[in-house]
Amino acid sequence: MSAHVISNTGVMLGRSIRHVTRSMDTIITVTIMPIAFMLLFRYVFGGAIQTGTDNYTNYLMPGILLIAIASGISYTGFRLFNDMQSGIFERFHSMPIARSSVLWGHVLTSVVSNAISVVVIIAVGLVMGFRTSAGILDWLAVAAILAMFTLSLTWVAMIAGLAASSTDGATAFSYPLIFLPFISSAFVPTETMPGPVKAFAENQPVTSIVNALRALFEQQPVGNDIWIALGWCAGILIVAYAFAMRVYHRKVA
Amino acid sequence: MKTPPLAIQVSGLQKSYGKLEVLKGVDFSVASGSIFALLGSNGAGKTTVVRILSTLLKPDGGTATVNGFDAVAKPERVRESISLTGQFAAVDEILTGRENLIMVAKLRLVPNPGTVADDLLARFGLSDAGGRRVATYSGGMRRRLDIAMSLIGDPPVIFLDEPTTGLDPEARLEVWHEIQSLAGKGTTILLTTQYLEEAEKLADRIAILHQGIIIVSGTLAELRQLLPPAKAELVERQPTLEEIFLAIVGNKEGARR
Repeated sequence: MSAHVISNTGVMLGRSIRHVTRSMDTIITVTIMPIAFMLLFRYVFGGAIQTGTDNYTNYLMPGILLIAIASGISYTGFRLFNDMQSGIFERFHSMPIARSSVLWGHVLTSVVSNAISVVVIIAVGLVMGFRTSAGILDWLAVAAILAMFTLSLTWVAMIAGLAASSTDGATAFSYPLIFLPFISSAFVPTETMPGPVKAFAENQPVTSIVNALRALFEQQPVGNDIWIALGWCAGILIVAYAFAMRVYHRKVA
Repeated sequence: MKTPPLAIQVSGLQKSYGKLEVLKGVDFSVASGSIFALLGSNGAGKTTVVRILSTLLKPDGGTATVNGFDAVAKPERVRESISLTGQFAAVDEILTGRENLIMVAKLRLVPNPGTVADDLLARFGLSDAGGRRVATYSGGMRRRLDIAMSLIGDPPVIFLDEPTTGLDPEARLEVWHEIQSLAGKGTTILLTTQYLEEAEKLADRIAILHQGIIIVSGTLAELRQLLPPAKAELVERQPTLEEIFLAIVGNKEGARR
């Protein structure tokens, strides 16, 4: 049985990855906006922003990566929604396969496609002056945090994809997520913000994730940030997964 | 045990969507290897019956048995016994026809998925189109691919939910031909349709679903006896528009591309 799950999920992943690679426009949309933000903040706002570091590209890189992931997962919701609409979701569910593979194919595709856009953005960042002294272990920790972030937001996207009644509904949920890094430590230090905004910024998940990633890139001590970051991701993941399963079982007998 | 064995047995099936009672106690059975047509107007509940039989929906009451397995208690065994071809061709538009077939073969763990796909492409006249994305296919080609996908793994029972809705006359004839040849090989077929002619042409037995129950069921001859005997009248028979259309458009090979 478990061999079926792995084999079925592999087929579903292969299918869904083809959907990604055959619609280059989605890859471009997912990477172009974060790259545009990176250019904007580096070359337009960057000169006037005081962060206490001499390399602003280094400072903004973690936030840019989170924006890329937050916009990338909207396509996960979109792909799942399309499957629900087209009838292929029902075809899969009437077949003798592990039903969980239908959703996990989408989840793994989301992780893989977001990993691709992260790599592309880091490559562009290197051209723009992003430098890091991170070693292998630091990079592994960065990859683990980004994977957890992707996974937790992917399950949020699964709720939208399963429950939406229109394409807009299946993708619009990601807009507030894309906005979240702006009210965090991603682009400016939180100390400059007025009281209530500062309180929100310092206690929302993006700030701890950004701080942890920044510390890893700079080889600074990560302190508690990494655990708070992983805690947020795990919490969102569990809640979103539970909700997604409820919606799923309401849709499928 | 009993002869002939029953491939599908439905009794007292009930289903409501909120306050709307769609099925109010549906009973019918289908003998192995036969073609059974479930006839009804739009919204009569034909698709609901098919969705329950293919384990996509749980009934509120009654039982549904497919190939000897209860659809609620043993859904995995039912899914091993069936294939569903839905009302809206459930094919992957971004993949090619061949990739669609290979995907289903791999999911069903059929050996040599590539060979299986090529054989089916040839059988359904899609060999030339096999390498093209399904998004470029015509409605008839999609439906043929859809049915081809349903045949992988040789399931003993096939559900065809309005298999010819939206097809042009030639494509419809091709689908009919394929359905008949399948039944000839012993596959049990339950098809839903709103075309009376389709049921008349294909089905061994016909049931009419109306307002949530089966109001009549039987062979075509039995249904005919419900009406007064036919009177012999001399009428000059005009060709139907369909016959004219087919005669003019003629060549079947053109449609097969």
